[in-house]
Amino acid sequence: MKGSNEPVFWSLFGAGGVLSALIGPVLILITGIAVPLGFLLPEDTLSHANVLAFVQHPLGKLALLTVIALFLFHGCHRMLHSLHDLGFRTGTRAAFGFYGFATLGTVMTALLLLIW
Amino acid sequence: MSRFQSTAKTYIRPMSGWWLKNPYFIRYMIREGSAVFLTLYALVLLAGLACLAWSPEAYAAWRGLLDTPLSLGFHVIALLLVAYHSLTWFQVMPKTAPKLPFDPRLIVRGGLAASAGLSLLILVLLWWVTR
Amino acid sequence: MPDATTRTIEIECFRYDPETDAKPRFQRYQVPFTDDMSVLQGLQYIKDHLDGSLTFRWSCRMAICGSCGKMINGVPQLSCHSFLRDYYPRRVRVEPLNHFPVIRDLVIDQSGFLDHLETVKPYLIPKEEQPLAAGPQRQTPLQMDRYYQYSQCINCLLCYSACPQFGLNPDFTGPAALALLHRYNADSRDQGWSARREVTNAEEGVWSCTLVGYCSEVCPKGVDPAHAINQNKVNSTLDYFGILKFLLPRGDAK
Ligand code: SF4
Ligand code: FES
Repeated sequence: MKGSNEPVFWSLFGAGGVLSALIGPVLILITGIAVPLGFLLPEDTLSHANVLAFVQHPLGKLALLTVIALFLFHGCHRMLHSLHDLGFRTGTRAAFGFYGFATLGTVMTALLLLIW
Repeated sequence: MSRFQSTAKTYIRPMSGWWLKNPYFIRYMIREGSAVFLTLYALVLLAGLACLAWSPEAYAAWRGLLDTPLSLGFHVIALLLVAYHSLTWFQVMPKTAPKLPFDPRLIVRGGLAASAGLSLLILVLLWWVTR
Repeated sequence: MPDATTRTIEIECFRYDPETDAKPRFQRYQVPFTDDMSVLQGLQYIKDHLDGSLTFRWSCRMAICGSCGKMINGVPQLSCHSFLRDYYPRRVRVEPLNHFPVIRDLVIDQSGFLDHLETVKPYLIPKEEQPLAAGPQRQTPLQMDRYYQYSQCINCLLCYSACPQFGLNPDFTGPAALALLHRYNADSRDQGWSARREVTNAEEGVWSCTLVGYCSEVCPKGVDPAHAINQNKVNSTLDYFGILKFLLPRGDAK
């Protein structure tokens, strides 16, 4: 039997799972529902100036990178296993695709954040 | 290979559609399905970031998209599924911990309380700094 | 109030005869029952009075031998431990345990499980062999508590029938075998982590589990195999990053 590399991806999955369990719902509520509807928070909370100030701050950068990267790794790990659950054969190629996608998203986020 | 394999002819039942055959499995699939929406939500944020980098007009367009019924519908579903993920995540958390000397339900309650507390903190902070 | 009056319930049985059937079929029987009758006793009534060809396994009739597991209305259960009165007036549908090949009627082939059971080395692996003259190896109640629950398994295989990952991939070591693996790893007299590491860390070991959790739900002995497996995902991860060896409290036999 071959040792699995799953520990690496499971750790990222776990970190993303904890983070999204703690603050996933409130983030979706804020950016996707409350601010667009102007309910709980004013509609200009996500104004260009506000968001720019957020990504210019080192803590803002760190927060965004952590959220996007970990949500992607958590989501991709689960989707990969769901494909297997649905009866698809998921070998190395599928794993490459899903984790590659999460890595790409992470790198893009990091590069974009370097602009400011 | 098997030391124990019987020589009898056997019938192997198919697995297709297993997830529909038990409410427990349906709930499991909903839990796993939350990952699709969490991934899409991360991509929405990434798209916003890319638009912000591109130009103020591009950012305004992204911000405008958030106001559409399609976006609102997506976020409502995402909110429900990720909230369900949150609940189930804390429910199974004791399974990954060693045997605990206290009631594992305390972990579930603690996790949910931490989630509620952090959510409130983020909302208040955001309201405070953008006021 | 116990009710001694006899009622009649319909039992629908999965039938498969490898010599004549290409596919299984279902057969219904009208079974008179009293309040104290288990589903197993219903099957025995069929065999004794209605159809002697119905084939199924059982032995102890008291939820301890682990041989009478069946799918009862789609849920893996010990048939000696579930009662007809709880299903009446609905029909009871009895099928062989899910995810195993069917040999005949309600009898499954457990050889796949036996192979997995052997791989986890379910016996004490001490660093140094203790001579008999050394006397009994004493344990504190706390040390015993660490593994006792996992040692209660009766190999009934309900958990395998509850596990879609085993159904999708029969090479998965599976809940009961991994619970026993942990039962020995957690024993203060055992230092066998390394001897069992290959099975633990493999794709077919703990990493085939997606924590569906239904195995622990159906276990009649409170073994909680999902807990055993998922603790060992943490251990396997620590082992992968080379941290575990510093944490093994009793050293390692290899
Ligand atoms: S762990 Fe529980 S359900 Fe599984 S074989 Fe052992 S006793 Fe049966
Ligand atoms: S007959 Fe022994 S467990 Fe049911």
